[in-house]
Amino acid sequence: MKNLFTILICFLITNNFNAQERYITKHGTISFFSHSPVEDIEAINSQVLSIIDKENGNIAISILMKSFMFEKSLMQEHFNENYIESDKFPKATFTGKILNINNLENKNSVLIEGDMTIHGISNKIEIEADIEINKNDISLKGKFPIVVSDYDIKIPSVVKNNIAKTIEVSFLLNHKKYN
Amino acid sequence: MKKISIIVLFFSLNNTFSQNLLDILESETPNQKEYVTATFKGTRILNGHSIENRKKGTLEFLISHRFGSIDLGIDELFGLDQSNIRFAFEYAMTDDIMLGLGRSSFNKTYDGFIKYKLIKQSKGKNSFPLGISFFGSTIYKTLKDYDPENKPSFNQKLSYTTQALIASKINRILSLQITPTYIHNNSVRINNDPHDIFALGFGSRIKLSNRVTLNSEYFYTVNPLKSLDTRNSIAIGVDIETGGHVFQLILSNSITMIEKDFITETTNNFFDGGIHFGFNISRAFQTGGKRN
Repeated sequence: MKNLFTILICFLITNNFNAQERYITKHGTISFFSHSPVEDIEAINSQVLSIIDKENGNIAISILMKSFMFEKSLMQEHFNENYIESDKFPKATFTGKILNINNLENKNSVLIEGDMTIHGISNKIEIEADIEINKNDISLKGKFPIVVSDYDIKIPSVVKNNIAKTIEVSFLLNHKKYN
Repeated sequence: MKKISIIVLFFSLNNTFSQNLLDILESETPNQKEYVTATFKGTRILNGHSIENRKKGTLEFLISHRFGSIDLGIDELFGLDQSNIRFAFEYAMTDDIMLGLGRSSFNKTYDGFIKYKLIKQSKGKNSFPLGISFFGSTIYKTLKDYDPENKPSFNQKLSYTTQALIASKINRILSLQITPTYIHNNSVRINNDPHDIFALGFGSRIKLSNRVTLNSEYFYTVNPLKSLDTRNSIAIGVDIETGGHVFQLILSNSITMIEKDFITETTNNFFDGGIHFGFNISRAFQTGGKRN
């Protein structure tokens, strides 16, 4: 018992030695918007996980597809069942790097480069974002387009006119210091 | 055992510096209970109800047809000259409660039903492998097929159906349902006919593609009516989904679309040409404001 405790303490200490400048959120918001002549479709997910390593600017984002909420429940079902196939591909992820993170003012616009994986397909993308760095938090905010066909998401011809070929994705990620 | 896991936890926390960030996110993902959705595409497996409800505020207009039996031959265009229709408005008051009002041409019948989700199938934390719904309906027959001297009272024209819908989405492809059924008729044709009829339904769906499923359904009646030479109801069919519509194309030995009729009064032999072609078409409208 005592030994275990010592080991634990040791680990805690080493853990603190290695403490890094990491910032995390579990309630980030990502929404997407599809505009077409027939209808506008919008969905929002406010349970996005994101983590930033401030030392090197590395960032990872994990998005549970089933957490996207739609105005029409049937759309949500079709999104999960027919388009994104969230039983097969439950998550979308992004891993990349915020460029020049250590040479920034508190508020700045930055470029993020990395790999976006949706529906099991990865693509390299670049995203412009507004960043705000404080002592205990880092926020990221921005918009970027996604081409539906880049991710092998098939839209049947019947609803071709209802869904935009390029979807606008918005994000707001308020990271807090992670220990 | 617990202590070991705590140590392992510290290990993993400690080692995060060498892990990639995605793994940290994985470990930080809350282990939430997640409800299983889309066990079936529609609110019907084919003739009978599936465990699916529509989501809150959805109003569904459902039109169902069953044609004459295909063994009638070319004179009746394989049954297509005869048509039996039910149309209904079905409304989801909440995600769990659905109400419906329908009218069938067969026996000129009105039906009203409620379907309530008691238990939802779930994955993750505190998961449960089955979904269980309660279904209750009252039907009112208005066909004047009685002796004018002997007019039945309002109560005598009523029948009731109670079902437990017990379903499980086994995997992405396969869903199964068992449906214990109790039907009560306030009046019967002959004294030997049971007022209370028990039946057991079996349903399945197999996903053929993202938008097409193959469904089958069978109802075994424990104590059938004596006044008719009845058979168990069998149906096979496909669901085809396009946007806001679900089409169901059906082959069945039953010609009616409400439980009391197709479970207790089916007389055709499915395996001897007594098959009716039919379809269900639904159109869903979202009413009310935004969902939260």
